[in-house]
Amino acid sequence: QGKFTLLRDTRTDGSFLVHHFLSFYLKAGCKVCFVALLQSFSHYSIVAQKLGVNLAAAKEQGQLVFLEGLKSCLDLLFGEEQQPGQPSPLQFLSCDLRALFDFVRLSLAPCDSASWKGPVLLVDDLSVLLSLGATPVAVLDFIHYCRVSVCCQLQGNVVVLVHSSEDSEDEENELVVNSLCHHSDLILWAQGLATGFCKDVHGQIKIIKRLSLRQAEQDLVQIYQYKIQDRNVTFFAPGLSAAVL
Amino acid sequence: LVFTEEDKYGLYSNLLFKYFLAEGIVCGHDLFVASAKEHPDNILKELPAPLLDDTYRKELGDEAAVVNSEDFQDSMKIAWRYQNLPKMETSPTTYTKFGHYYDISKKMPPELCQSVKRHSFYLHEELSFEPKMKAWNMNSGYARLLQSIQRIISQEGFDGSDPQKKQRNVLRIGIQSLGSVLWGDDVCCSDTPEDPHSLTKFLYVLRGLLRKSLSACIITVPSHLVQNKAIMERVTNLSDMVVGLESFIGSERETNPLYKDYHGLVHVRQIPRLNSLICDVSDTKDLAFRLKRKLFTIERLHLPPDLSDTVSRASKQDLAGSAKLLSSGCSAVAMGKKHLDF
Repeated sequence: QGKFTLLRDTRTDGSFLVHHFLSFYLKAGCKVCFVALLQSFSHYSIVAQKLGVNLAAAKEQGQLVFLEGLKSCLDLLFGEEQQPGQPSPLQFLSCDLRALFDFVRLSLAPCDSASWKGPVLLVDDLSVLLSLGATPVAVLDFIHYCRVSVCCQLQGNVVVLVHSSEDSEDEENELVVNSLCHHSDLILWAQGLATGFCKDVHGQIKIIKRLSLRQAEQDLVQIYQYKIQDRNVTFFAPGLSAAVL
Repeated sequence: LVFTEEDKYGLYSNLLFKYFLAEGIVCGHDLFVASAKEHPDNILKELPAPLLDDTYRKELGDEAAVVNSEDFQDSMKIAWRYQNLPKMETSPTTYTKFGHYYDISKKMPPELCQSVKRHSFYLHEELSFEPKMKAWNMNSGYARLLQSIQRIISQEGFDGSDPQKKQRNVLRIGIQSLGSVLWGDDVCCSDTPEDPHSLTKFLYVLRGLLRKSLSACIITVPSHLVQNKAIMERVTNLSDMVVGLESFIGSERETNPLYKDYHGLVHVRQIPRLNSLICDVSDTKDLAFRLKRKLFTIERLHLPPDLSDTVSRASKQDLAGSAKLLSSGCSAVAMGKKHLDF
């Protein structure tokens, strides 16, 4: 409860982690607000079906609040005039991320009719906000407000995906990622293998658990390698891939 | 969304662009061509002619060839292409389910060209700025292009908005040299462009349009001119598939014996991962292309056999250096690891 998890990927695609968390929290019965900026609803829906979760049904029942960034953007740009009382959550294309935060807050606010377990905010992915013109400070503010409202006030969890890389020249992105790293309780870092592409081992995942944000205790670091299959991901200790044994 | 990084002189990426459009014509798809550099009608006049199966087999014999394949997914509404690497065959099979071959030395017959609906967007012929687009905060050339694409998609019913239409067709969009100065964007000129977000916003909205409709898009970008690498990284994240073409013209690699059979390298930087957890990873990532008189082929890069002892040490070391650049999985003769010096 009340945890902030950062999903980070470098030189590879960490979106399988997003799919995992989405189906994990939905199966656990939590109310999920999913801000999906990069892919369409049907993409997540099809993968979730393979993982055993029906997104459309969850949306019907109100367990899942899905913001499809691509669609909202089109509606905003090509659609008819907005009604004054309903600003689009992606209004930030011209101003700051406040509207997006309001959307998140309203969608996760506790309502009496249904009794879902703790609220969860899932964002895929944050780096897109920078591409769309938001400043790094605005993005960090948005995450801060979300943390306060979801983790502290509502005792929920926040999971965010960002892209990064060591020799990246995108300074704004690195700024956001580094700042988020310092504030996270758990970091799942998917990296491509340093030796290059391999068919049997798709990458390496580093799990960094913050034991305490206040005291200077050592973080717990674990490293596994993984291989992604059609319906699941297998993890194994480095060097012990099934192809090697 | 297929994103192609242009090679230095734009020769080969242009060729790939034309192949995409020609394939569209042969498959009966509608086309939308946008350019700021040359008039789309001129581009369309120069598409390569398709080869019929029997003539092709007669002419080509058993040279290595590539099959460009297309895959459609109704639910996802985006088509992407991936290459079947020729580990199975060295000559094209008689029954090819997907894709067609083209003869570059001949032009596509105009009747074939006219058989599909073509829409074009030539930046310099477009009307100027509409007031509604001010809210978008984007380069006006891009904004107009997006409006044009959206209008075609909704008018022609590619987004399923017209239930009357029984026959659903695919729209192939080709955008040439996006990001170049001709579009009014200074991304290629300076390190700190005036509006660094224009290109990425454009791609995001384009991605939305593609996801919403039955269309596929190829974009070529002169990425070697883009100074600000951060923008290229963001653009890569926003695209489904990223392919870079590096030609050997004018570079030191032209004379490198390692590459003597080829005209350039193909870097597949990203493959689409749509509708599933995994993507179609191929065995090898080292691809090179060559332009023969009639055919443009992409094949696995293989090192020429190291035949003679008289190869001087200097060139051997060059080869070693280049071989290190090849990632693992290359089907190479074992080279470049150690040279036994006696």
